[in-house]
Amino acid sequence: MTDRFETHEFDVIVVGAGGAGLRAAIEASAAGAKTAIICKSLLGKAHTVMAEGGIAAALANVDPQDSWEVHYVDTMKGGQMLNNWRMVQLHAQEAPERVRELERWGAVFDRTPDGRILQRAFGGHRYKRLAHVGDRTGLEMIRTLQDRGVHQGIEVFMECTVARLLKDGNRVTGAIAYWRENGRLVVFKAKAVVLATGGGGKIYKVTSNSWEYTGDGHGMGYEAGAELIDMEFFQFHPTGMVWPPGVMGLLVTEGVRGEGGILRNSAGERFMWKYLPEDKRKEYAENEQEARDWVEDTVAGRQPKSRRPPELSTRDNVARAIYTEVKEGRGSPHGGVFLDISYMPSERVIKKLPSMYHQFKDLADIDITKVPMEVGPTAHYMMGGLRVDAETGATTVPGLYAGGEVTGGMNGANRLGGNSLSDLIVHGRRAGAGGAAFAKTAPPPAVHDDQIFATERELTALFEGKGDDPYAIHRDLQATMDKNVGIFRTEAELLTALEKLKELKKRTAAVRVDGSRMYNPGWHLAWDLRHMLVVAEAITRAALERKESRGAHSRIDHSKMEAAFGKINLAVRKAGEQMEVKRTPVPEMPAELRKLFEEKK
Amino acid sequence: MPDASFQVWRGDASGGSLKNYQVPIEEGMVVLDAMHWIQGHLAPDLAVRWNCKAAKCGSCSAEVNGKPSLMCKTRLARLDTTKPITWKPIKAFPILKDIVADVKWNYEVNKKIPAFKPREGTDWKYTQAEADRVQEFRKCIECFLCQNVCHVLRDHGQMEKFGGPRFFVRVAGLEMHPLDDGDRTALLKDQLGIGLCNITKCCTEVCPEDIHITDNAIIPLKERVVDRFYDPILRIWRALTGNKKS
Repeated sequence: MTDRFETHEFDVIVVGAGGAGLRAAIEASAAGAKTAIICKSLLGKAHTVMAEGGIAAALANVDPQDSWEVHYVDTMKGGQMLNNWRMVQLHAQEAPERVRELERWGAVFDRTPDGRILQRAFGGHRYKRLAHVGDRTGLEMIRTLQDRGVHQGIEVFMECTVARLLKDGNRVTGAIAYWRENGRLVVFKAKAVVLATGGGGKIYKVTSNSWEYTGDGHGMGYEAGAELIDMEFFQFHPTGMVWPPGVMGLLVTEGVRGEGGILRNSAGERFMWKYLPEDKRKEYAENEQEARDWVEDTVAGRQPKSRRPPELSTRDNVARAIYTEVKEGRGSPHGGVFLDISYMPSERVIKKLPSMYHQFKDLADIDITKVPMEVGPTAHYMMGGLRVDAETGATTVPGLYAGGEVTGGMNGANRLGGNSLSDLIVHGRRAGAGGAAFAKTAPPPAVHDDQIFATERELTALFEGKGDDPYAIHRDLQATMDKNVGIFRTEAELLTALEKLKELKKRTAAVRVDGSRMYNPGWHLAWDLRHMLVVAEAITRAALERKESRGAHSRIDHSKMEAAFGKINLAVRKAGEQMEVKRTPVPEMPAELRKLFEEKK
Repeated sequence: MPDASFQVWRGDASGGSLKNYQVPIEEGMVVLDAMHWIQGHLAPDLAVRWNCKAAKCGSCSAEVNGKPSLMCKTRLARLDTTKPITWKPIKAFPILKDIVADVKWNYEVNKKIPAFKPREGTDWKYTQAEADRVQEFRKCIECFLCQNVCHVLRDHGQMEKFGGPRFFVRVAGLEMHPLDDGDRTALLKDQLGIGLCNITKCCTEVCPEDIHITDNAIIPLKERVVDRFYDPILRIWRALTGNKKS
């Protein structure tokens, strides 16, 4: 191998330092693997830090009736039964222990009156299930894992972006990255690579996601031959900020609704009742009084005797409701609807939702203890991602593992709030263990100069491009996706999107980068565009193929759920230079788990 | 819409200067939005850190009109936009490029702090009031603005001897955890040099999370150091009882 590049060799490298990446690295390292984490930002700044509401785990501290079985059923129903049942089962079974483990590692959760971990209600969860720290649960998770990792001898490469996976034959054997600081390339040889790169929400303009969310893992995994599934399912969180323009899309935690937040349109109507699916209606309060009783009981820490408010319907449903209210002319002044928590005592709002209070106060000059917020849907989370083995996080390519949002299968057609943070630690841990186990018996990783040189050439060639600058291309990509591949979809719009993506791909091939290789965000974006285009195309193609409406995927021209599609996960794969979409059967649930659905009815 | 003019520090470790950029103002805009506009339209290679845009990640620290702030929280409406707005990297740390400073030193300090050590045989129960006390410290988003304004670091560059407010907050979060059984008092005195802090409260004032760094973290930790190392009566007591932590 050439000695022109800084080169490192590890048993396991983990790409991404959010909850899944950190948990994977801790596990791999604990298993004796020489482990490194490579992350685009500084350590502790990953997207997990923005997660607010909590970690779903059937600890049964608040609602003693809760159990992993109920959590399992809720998650499968939330995902419209498209989920990989085994991932969901492991998740429901192991989440409580993973939460307790965080506590043992120093996390400080909010407490019940008798001193145990407090849990709050969230949409789609039958019982109060979310372990939380006010509304900054993600920060608590990331800091706890970060500090745990620091003392475990994991090597951290911060502000280092992985550009491409390296392969030896069919097997992934490492990665090539660049230091953001100076643009110099780094070669990582690794027996196993764990992708924990999160999602790709930056393909949309209105998004809760940060600059890092460019679908790197989806893109690199795809290029390396791995299969993506469920890409048509993109979660639009119902409540993002709609004003001021600079923060449009920024998340307003579902915790606001868990704590009693009410959604109203411009006529003052509490509209969510209109949108409850008929088969779920009986799970929700019938009138204002019953909803209020539920909130009062919950706030006081009592077992509610009434049913939950309609605002706690699943995210896909609430997002469509808000979208429809706005579209039909009943929106708020800045194009959202009103979310009101101001009727609750101010001290309680500030105590339970401190960062929401500050977010609105600091960024919009709005006091949420006095006036309602304005909120609207925002691109938030990808249910789709790399197909993985439930037990080990192994992708369909040898040596390549994945955990967290970059994977598909866990959440099916729609994710329940709180199931992301728990997924990170349950399946993040499993991916780390899987990678480490593979590394134990794998032969030393061979990397090949031609792949490294080709990547170097492509990265440096960006400075010779004569076309548009990357920001302009990115803006057009976002506009295309917002307009044509949003909450509601039609065949015509999806086909338009495909045409535009083809054009954008051409423009990206000629992209023009100014400046030097030193800390150059334009250069970085020019490369990230490739991953984003893979994600955008995969979502669009899968959305075209799924001719029905299910979970987060709503087709105006196929507005019903079709039983046949309930048995199918769409898989996206690279076939030559083409993107191929294939129908694959949903893994069949064993009889003992199927029984759980009958019992709960 | 009127324009605002930004004087942005452009350069690297070898030197640089302020460059002028005109940015169209929109209602409700923050400084970070202006930065994105400049990047997207005038200076694609402008180096700057940001992640969440919501004051949760602590990435976008900079000095706006000389005032250390998070760019995502600094609303243009609160600045005088009739005059040029200056915009520089945080000063206490070496510059990498433009608005990006080299903050790696902080991560090295963090490694020195021993992890949470739960008391043996604990039942893991404690009250919300006990949680509140440490949750204040655990709110820290590591923006390093407190490190940036601390004169021990900013003016005297005592990185070798001093940990800085961020890490006193971190130690406080561990030491005051109701179930922690670790002992970091000697570390505070010797490696983190807490004695160098003379409680000017600059850190508390700049903290975007409103952590009472001086009153709630540093002063109680200083008291622990004094009790342990400088109180003659306690010293005799410890010699007699063999109890090191009292």
